[in-house]
Amino acid sequence: MAHVITLPTAEPHQTFRLSMLLNDSRYRSCTIQVFVLMCLMLGIAWLVDNTIRNLALLGKDFSFSFLWSTAGYDINQRLIEYDTQMTHGRAAIVGLLNTVVLAVLSCAWATIIGVTAGVLRLSSNPIVARLMTVYVELFRNIPLLLWILVFGAIMSEAVPAPSAFRGDNATASMIFGAVAITNRGVFIPEPLFARNLGTLDLGIAQPSLNIVFLLMVVLACVFANRAVHNHADRVQSQTGIRPVTWWKSAIILTAPLLLLLWAFGFHLGYPELRGFNFQGGLQLRNALIAMWLGLSIYTGAFIAENVRAGILAISKGQTEAAHALGLGPAKTMRLVILPQALRVIVPPLISQYLNITKNTSLGLAVGYMDLRSTLGGITINQTGRELEGMLLIMLIYLSLSLIISGSMNVYNARHRAEGALI
Amino acid sequence: MIDGNPAFVRGELLPAREPPAGEKGLLKLCRENFFRDWLSALLTVASLIAVLLIVHSLSPWLFNAVWNARSLNECREILNGAEGACFAVIRDRWAQLLFGFYPPTQYWRPVLAFGLMLAALAPILFPSVPRRFLLFSTVFPGLGYWLIWGGSLWLPLTAYIGLAVGGIAMRLTARLGGGIAAGLAFISALTWWLVASGPVTTALAQLLPLALATVTSREMGGFLLSIVIGVTGISLSLPLGIVLALGRRSTMPLVMMLSVVFIEFIRGVPLITLLFTASLLLNSFLPPGTNFDLILRVIIMVTLFATAYMAEVIRGGLAALPQGQHEAAEALGLDYWKAQRLVIMPQALKISIPGIVNSFIGLFKDTTLVVFIGLLDPIALSNSIRATTDWQGIYWELFIFIGGLFFLLCFGMSRYSMHLERRLKTDHR
Repeated sequence: MAHVITLPTAEPHQTFRLSMLLNDSRYRSCTIQVFVLMCLMLGIAWLVDNTIRNLALLGKDFSFSFLWSTAGYDINQRLIEYDTQMTHGRAAIVGLLNTVVLAVLSCAWATIIGVTAGVLRLSSNPIVARLMTVYVELFRNIPLLLWILVFGAIMSEAVPAPSAFRGDNATASMIFGAVAITNRGVFIPEPLFARNLGTLDLGIAQPSLNIVFLLMVVLACVFANRAVHNHADRVQSQTGIRPVTWWKSAIILTAPLLLLLWAFGFHLGYPELRGFNFQGGLQLRNALIAMWLGLSIYTGAFIAENVRAGILAISKGQTEAAHALGLGPAKTMRLVILPQALRVIVPPLISQYLNITKNTSLGLAVGYMDLRSTLGGITINQTGRELEGMLLIMLIYLSLSLIISGSMNVYNARHRAEGALI
Repeated sequence: MIDGNPAFVRGELLPAREPPAGEKGLLKLCRENFFRDWLSALLTVASLIAVLLIVHSLSPWLFNAVWNARSLNECREILNGAEGACFAVIRDRWAQLLFGFYPPTQYWRPVLAFGLMLAALAPILFPSVPRRFLLFSTVFPGLGYWLIWGGSLWLPLTAYIGLAVGGIAMRLTARLGGGIAAGLAFISALTWWLVASGPVTTALAQLLPLALATVTSREMGGFLLSIVIGVTGISLSLPLGIVLALGRRSTMPLVMMLSVVFIEFIRGVPLITLLFTASLLLNSFLPPGTNFDLILRVIIMVTLFATAYMAEVIRGGLAALPQGQHEAAEALGLDYWKAQRLVIMPQALKISIPGIVNSFIGLFKDTTLVVFIGLLDPIALSNSIRATTDWQGIYWELFIFIGGLFFLLCFGMSRYSMHLERRLKTDHR
C-alpha cells in the first residue's frame, strides 16, 4: 500500500471522545489519579466506618482523657519526678525520656565502635582485620533481640552479686574503688554540689540551677573558642601567619568551667556497700546496660560496614598523594581520607541512628521502661485504650524519625561536594 | 673511553648477597604485617591477648560439654563441679526449637515442605537449572501451604484456578489495552475467589477428600514459624516493593504522594508497633465479627514493613540509572510497562542487589520480634524451655543454638548475594 502524504491545510478538527480518557496520554494520568483517589476515599471510609462500629460494639469512645487519670504503676528509671500517683501522660513522658536517653547513649557508642571497627577492618594487619570481620559478620547475621537477651543474661547471670563485694575475702572488687558492676546494676560515682542554687521550675521538669548554669557556661565557652579560631583564620588569610591559639583555647575551654565547679563545691559521691546493696552513686540498671550494649555493639557492626564502604569509595590516588606529601598512615586517614569519606558515610550513619531510635522499643525484652513499655504497655493494658495509645506511640516515633531524617537533610545540603559527584 | 688493557674485568656476576636478617622470610612477614609501627604492634598484641582470653575462658566450657542428660541437674552431676556446657538441652528439645508444638507424628510435613522449597528455589537462584522447573516454583506456594497447615488440597487448587481465571480474562480482553485488561482480570479472579471457590472446594472435597490433618497456627513455632514468615515476607515484599518504588517515581502527583506517605510512615515507626497493631487493632479496622489467623496478620504486617524498605532500596537503584536508558527505551517505542520490564528494571535490580539482600536478611532477623505478641518463635521457645523445672536457668546453650542457625541462614544469604553480584557483573572496571 502506498503511503499518501497529505499536507494539513488546517488544524485537524478534533472532538473529545470518552475513550480518549484512557487512550490519550494527555488525559490518562488524570483518569488514573481520579480512580485512585476514589478508591482511596472509599477505602478510608470503609476503615473508619468499621472502626466506629467496632468501638460502638465494645461500648468504647475515642478520647485521650485517660492521659490525665492516675497511672498507679511505678517506673524504675526516671529522669524527672514521678510517682504512682501521677498521671498516665506523665508516665508516657518519663518513658519517652528513657527512650531518648537510651537512643542518645547507644548512638554515641555505636559511632565510636563502628568507626573504630570499620577503620581497623581495612588495616594491613591481618589479625586485626580478620578479628573485625568476625565481629561484623557475627553481629550482622544474628537478630538484635537475641543479642539484647544475651547481654541481659550476662548482666543478670555472669556478674557478681553485691554480697560478693563484702567481707575480707570478697570475690569481687570495685574498679578503681569507684565503679561496681553487680547483678543489680552498675554503680558509678555521681556528681554532687556542696552549694546548691535551687531548682528551675519548668512545669514538666525541675532541673537543678547548678546544671543549667554549667551548661550555659559550657556553651558560652564553646562559642568564645570558636570566635578565637575565626579570628585566627582571618589573621592567617590576611598575613599568612597563623597566631598561636592552643593556649587561648585551653584557657577558654577549661578555666571558667573549673572556676564554676569550684564555686559550686563540686565533688563525686562514690557508691558504698551498705546492707544488701550499694548505696549512693548513680545506679545504671541492668535493663539499661543490656539495651545499651546490645544496641551499640549490634549497630556498630552496621556502621563499621558503612565506614568501610565510605573509605573504599575514596580513590586510591588520594592515599598515594598523601603518602607523596610525606604523611604517615594515621595522618593520611585523619587529614585526607576521613574528611572526604565523611560525605559518603554520614547519610547511612544517620539512618543507623534512626534504626537505633526505633529499636529502643525492644526494651520490653529486658524490662526497660521506655515509651513502648509505659504508654504502649502498662497504660494500654490498664485503660484498654489500644487505639488511642498505639496512635499516640506511632505519632511520637514518627516525629522522632522525622526530626532525625530532617537533620540528615540539613547535613546533606550543607556538605554537598562542590562541582564533583562522588 | 678506556685505552689499553684494563687491569681487571670481572667476567661473571657476583652472587647475590643475603638480604639483611630483618628483610627476609618469616621475620619480614611479621614485621610488615604485624609490627609495622607502634600502633600496629599494639593492636596485634591486644588482639592476640583478646583471642587468647576468649579461647582460654571458653575452651573448658566447650570441651567439657555434656550431650546426654535429661535435666540441668543431671548435667551438673555428670560435670561434678567442673565447668562445662550442657548441650543436652539441644538434644532433648531440638524438635521443639525447630517445629514448636507441631504434632510430632506430622514432622515429615514441614521437613518435606522445606525440601520442596529448596527445590523450588533452585531454578530461581541458579541459571544452570533447566527453566522448565520454574513451573514447580509457581506451584510450590500452594503445595507448601497445604503441607504445613493441612486441610483439603482443593483449597489451594481452587485458589490457583482463580489465578487461571484471571489469566484467561486478561488474554480475552487484551485488545482493550493493558490497564483495562489487568483490571478486568483482577476483578474476575477476585469474583472467583470470593464467590465460586468456597462452594467448589466443598463440593470437590466431598467428591474426593485429599485432606491432611489440619494443624492450627497456635501449634506452629520455632524455626518453622520464622522461616514461614520470613520466606513469605521476602517473596511478597520484592514485587510489592518494585510497584511502590515505581509509584514513588511516578509523574502522577497523587500516586507519588501516596507512595511517599506510605513509605515514610512505615519506615518511621518501629516494627513492634505494627505487630501490636496486627495483634490488638487489626480486627477493629475490619467489619465486626471478622477474625483471621494471627500468623496471617503478622505476615501482612511484616510484608508491609519490608515492602517500604524494599521500595527505598529499589528507588536507589532506579535513581542510579542514567536518564538515557529511559529515553532510549522510549525511542524504541516501548510503552511504560514494557520499558520497565525489559530495560529499566533488569539494570536497576542488578544495582540494588546488595540492598535487596540486606533487607531480606533484616526481615528474616525481624521475625524474632513476633515473640512480643505471643507467637512461639525460637526465642519464645527458649524462654519456655528455661521455665520448665528440668532446664531452669539454662541460657547460653540455647542462645548458641538459635544464634547459630540464624547465622547460617543469614550468612548464606549474604554469600549468595555476593556470588550473584559477581555473576551479573558486566562492566569492565
